[in-house]
Amino acid sequence: MASAETEPDRVYVDYAGFAPVDPRVLAVMRPFLEAGIGNPSARHSLGAEARESLDAARMKVARLCGGAPGGIVFTSGATEANNLAVKGVALRARVPRVIISAVEHISVINPCRDLEKAGGSVCVLPVDGDGRVDPGMLRAAITPDTALVSIAAAASEIGTVQPLKELGRVTRAAGVPFHVDAVGALGRVPLHVESMGIDLLTISGNDLYGPPGSGALWVRPGLRIHPQVLGGGQEGGYRSGTENLPGMVGFGVAAELMRVEGTHQEAARLSALRDRLAEGLLEAIPDCRITGARGARLPHHLSLVVRGAKAESVLLDLDLAGVAASSGSACASLTQTTSHVLRAIGCSPEEADGSLCFTLGRWSTASDVDAVLDRLPPIVARVRALTAPLHT
Amino acid sequence: MVVESKLVNPDKQIDCTGLFCPVPVLKAREAMTQMAAGQTLAMLSDDPGSEADMRSWTRSTGHRLVDVSRSGCVYRFVVRKSG
Repeated sequence: MASAETEPDRVYVDYAGFAPVDPRVLAVMRPFLEAGIGNPSARHSLGAEARESLDAARMKVARLCGGAPGGIVFTSGATEANNLAVKGVALRARVPRVIISAVEHISVINPCRDLEKAGGSVCVLPVDGDGRVDPGMLRAAITPDTALVSIAAAASEIGTVQPLKELGRVTRAAGVPFHVDAVGALGRVPLHVESMGIDLLTISGNDLYGPPGSGALWVRPGLRIHPQVLGGGQEGGYRSGTENLPGMVGFGVAAELMRVEGTHQEAARLSALRDRLAEGLLEAIPDCRITGARGARLPHHLSLVVRGAKAESVLLDLDLAGVAASSGSACASLTQTTSHVLRAIGCSPEEADGSLCFTLGRWSTASDVDAVLDRLPPIVARVRALTAPLHT
Repeated sequence: MVVESKLVNPDKQIDCTGLFCPVPVLKAREAMTQMAAGQTLAMLSDDPGSEADMRSWTRSTGHRLVDVSRSGCVYRFVVRKSG
């Protein structure tokens, strides 16, 4: 263990869990926290100023996803947006029938389970070994009473990017609304609501280096949804409650920065760092493999399963060595269950126990990658040695 | 029989109806910490995904899922704490 004098530099490779807020975002937010510009619904001049700022933020977020600004409904984050999409659409249907994939986030799964409890039905599409949904299978699963198809742009635990254009073509042809949870993918891989036939898009502000507690659901203008938070009718009646103006202004700036800077070059930079990390780890750690797709993958994302080394122990030792990483699923590690995503791609419970996830971001450098390459292999070897009788 | 009576009258019962993953499993785990090895816990849940979650949890923790029953949309899981 490192002593105080030799404490290693901290290395953060858990951007998917939480992204640091960009200082430029913070700088724009500050006056909105300090200067008393608050309620966009207020009729006084400060309210008008707030309204203008909110609309500007709406414009910036819409521009990032290629949709009409009027479709942006600001929320407290991606979880709320996913709930609003799933329940908001399904509850307007006579028979709520929703199709999701087997690798969706829990904030899509649980609203679906709630619908099931209320008499609705949910069809869970299986995925291939990389976690990809087959558009042909989706086509076959759509029935005349299907109210919604909800498939994430990328599975956050394994990084696989879904064939959105093909899936959107299927839903468009069937006339079924298509919801996409874009967390992890927006700003990092090509994603455009118009050209991909997407009708509802979940966006997280923090995922774009914006403030936590900010998010949005883009809803195609003309598509009606059932509001989930009732009150004074803010956000076009779809999400009541005085808007979190500083948060949404910051979210807007973050979206704009992502659009301008999260370009092909940044994706290439991140994927080069990620590939070096992957190659180095696969070479240094025997009996470990990448989960998810190799090619159609989020550029900043690496997930692995390391046989015979429990992720919990590895992550604890990594943390002591100054590296903050994750197992990919906070929920599964919290409950000591096997992640549904890893189950869906065919990992055995033993294999899933050794699931590690490294996500890079705007401030990741080659020295971060070097540090993980340097510190992880001996930790895995040590953890394996401690449980040697179990690792055959 | 003793086993049957433990199914009907577990040492502890918790009601997790209305809650969703991961809360039922977390509550079961928390309840287990206050129980002795060999004691049984009954957990009620109406989360449609709770059967898969409970099977996965008991497999990974070594507790024994001795019974799963269902009445309407409410599941009842009986788990014996491992030693």
